[in-house]
Amino acid sequence: MQVNKYRPLIVAFCCNWCSYAGADLAGNNRLNYPADVKIIRVPCSCRVNPSFVLRAFQRGADGVIICGCHPGDCHYTSGNYYTRRRMALLFSMLDYLGIERERTRLEWVSAAEGAKFAATMNDFAEQVAALGENKRLEDLRCKR
Amino acid sequence: MQRIGVFVCWCGSNIAGTVDVQAVSDALRNEPGVVFSTNYQYMCSQAGQDIIIQAVKEHNLTGIVVCSCSPRMHEATFRKTAAAAGLNPYMVEIANIREQCSWVHKDMASGTEKAIILGKAAVAKVNLNAPLTPGETPVTKRALVIGGGIAGIQTALDIADAGFPVDIVEKNPTIGGKMAQLDKTFPTLDCAACILTPKMVDVAQNDNIRIFSYSEVEDIKGFVGNFDVKIRKKARFVKEDICTGCGLCTEKCPVRKVPNEFNLGMDNRRAIYIPFAQAVPKVATIDPDACNMLKSGKCGVCSKVCTAGAIDYKQQDEILDEKYGAIVVATGFNPISMDKFDEYAYNQSKDVITSLEFERLTNAAGPTQGKLLRPSDLKHPHTIVFVQCVGSRCASCAEKGKEYCSKICCMYTAKHAMLIRDKYPDTEVYVFYIDVRTPGKNFDEFYRRAVEEYGVKYIKGMVGKVVPEGDKLKVQASDLIAGKQLHIDADLVVLAAAIEPDKSARPLATMLTASMDTNDFFTEAHPKLRPVESPTAGVFLSGACQGPKDIPETVSQASAAAAKVIGLLVKDKLTGNPCVASANEMMCNGCSTCERVCPYGAITYIDKEFRMPDRTVATRRVAQVNPAVCQGCGACTVACMSGAMDLRGFMSSQIIAEVDAICK
Repeated sequence: MQVNKYRPLIVAFCCNWCSYAGADLAGNNRLNYPADVKIIRVPCSCRVNPSFVLRAFQRGADGVIICGCHPGDCHYTSGNYYTRRRMALLFSMLDYLGIERERTRLEWVSAAEGAKFAATMNDFAEQVAALGENKRLEDLRCKR
Repeated sequence: MQRIGVFVCWCGSNIAGTVDVQAVSDALRNEPGVVFSTNYQYMCSQAGQDIIIQAVKEHNLTGIVVCSCSPRMHEATFRKTAAAAGLNPYMVEIANIREQCSWVHKDMASGTEKAIILGKAAVAKVNLNAPLTPGETPVTKRALVIGGGIAGIQTALDIADAGFPVDIVEKNPTIGGKMAQLDKTFPTLDCAACILTPKMVDVAQNDNIRIFSYSEVEDIKGFVGNFDVKIRKKARFVKEDICTGCGLCTEKCPVRKVPNEFNLGMDNRRAIYIPFAQAVPKVATIDPDACNMLKSGKCGVCSKVCTAGAIDYKQQDEILDEKYGAIVVATGFNPISMDKFDEYAYNQSKDVITSLEFERLTNAAGPTQGKLLRPSDLKHPHTIVFVQCVGSRCASCAEKGKEYCSKICCMYTAKHAMLIRDKYPDTEVYVFYIDVRTPGKNFDEFYRRAVEEYGVKYIKGMVGKVVPEGDKLKVQASDLIAGKQLHIDADLVVLAAAIEPDKSARPLATMLTASMDTNDFFTEAHPKLRPVESPTAGVFLSGACQGPKDIPETVSQASAAAAKVIGLLVKDKLTGNPCVASANEMMCNGCSTCERVCPYGAITYIDKEFRMPDRTVATRRVAQVNPAVCQGCGACTVACMSGAMDLRGFMSSQIIAEVDAICK
């Protein structure tokens, strides 16, 4: 019998203007990355409430990555600066709770950086897969 | 409860090749809210859209999920389909199973599994969708063109001809741009000035066009249809409306040794100057870094000789506040600096020049009145070496040059070589190249003429080193086809420097929130289908700011951008984006946090009366979002501590539903 190789579950929040378009460009250029990555489109990375990240970990995500426009290039001028501050706090808090820092990442991917998007996802998926399954933050009240 | 229809697209084999579309539509049929699920070859085709419309009617659908290509591609298409079927267009969600699934995953099993999960997330979201109605905003019927080169000129003329007012902001004292510096143009060899200067005069005489020369854009606020722009009119110390452009001041000014930018520093101008004879506006400008009067208060010659009394040493920069409906970026290009290319001895010998400097050298209005004389000793050069791709196609030397092809160099070098051989048949001309690229109407014929009729020596190979020795330039190069090293004693070396976007482009892109690629060229909304629009609504691209271009291409793009601007300005009202923030007044505690994070100032606070449970009336301070100003980024939704702020179309509950669906 073939043993199923462990694959992580990764949630990627991508801003509509840069990173989601970058992901589309990766597709146009047929740049492969693991199917473990599932993308959720948000208008701006600053729409990502830290509670969304927590929710993903609660529900069994093994890694969460947030992608936005490069600093200075935000479609909404300053949204990604908010994201940078919020996520810096959130990630360090998650670290404290026992969710390894390596399971979270904030990356700037522009609409022209299809190759960077694919490379980032390949790298992140590998990094999360190396950590193994994430069992730390399961909401006990929601236990099915 | 929604009644959702799921429509899975094959996209020919683009999706169906890696995703089992039947399995996807079967799996999604059992999701909560789904009452109908099917798949079809091309959902975006008329037949595919008819299937959707039919299903909406037959199954009384209230929501639609299309599993297809990126929403950036066809979201608008399927929203129209929904509207045609009588649904609110915002009841449609797209699961991106092409760009973000079938195209990036090779394996059928994992591709199908992921497509199902993405479909489930979209279904979960649609379950919480609410009908949205966009608001309307008025359009300011005036356009701004940033950059007064041939791109900006053509765009402005076309917009003005359609009857709309347009302003050109040009940072230099005159419009005309790079084309004004050129001598002849390929492949027809007509003189650049003869075809450009009448257009510059047209601009000056057009009642619909205002020129802000020697001015820069300082700040841009607002959004499509309603931009508020601050323009800095730099002090030129000459009253523009009074100066007649007679040029007497430029002859009498005692400061003679200021490097002349227009001739790329190959000769000198005065401290007060008119860049060239056909300048528009033809008004003198005082260079504050060179003028004795401005530096030390001792001179005033120009003021004494000016019969019109146009000199004003006390002039200050002026800030203008203007409103526009559309903005066209036409900031153009510059040749890259040759400082890092020591091997070609550009900084060691005056006789190593760039192609743009060569243009000035052969131009009748240039430093040598058009005679081909080398800069060091003003002797006629007998052996001239052209080096192609200096800094272009430089994948291995990215820190020095550019990875891309600068596109215009092959053709202008053929032109230069041909013109030399035509005027001075005693001159030997060598061109060292990697490839000769001549796609374009009559381009290859032109290059063949240079080789066959004019006897220009094209040699495939690169120049390794240029060493100045005595009055010669020793050129060491390789001939790849003959397989040997060449040593040429040249009198003049011309470098085809790569071109790069103007330095003003980057800060401008930040002000416009328009995106750029890694080379600082502006990104177009779609590389093939929307090549003259920026992804930022109301911002259009004209000319080399978007990528290297020759003049015919620049003019085509300039006119195309103008057509897009006219299409926008002709509308009285624009329908806005209904995906904006809104505050739940019952939950809002009036803390002002959202007001502080909003980059648009869309949130204000009002005092509102509420009936309390004990039937008394209390006044509370609550947030109110102006939907016309809100751009829908969602910064406020996260900042809100009481959870009162939400974003329509991307509600917290919807995103959490997507997260849950993915993590199930």
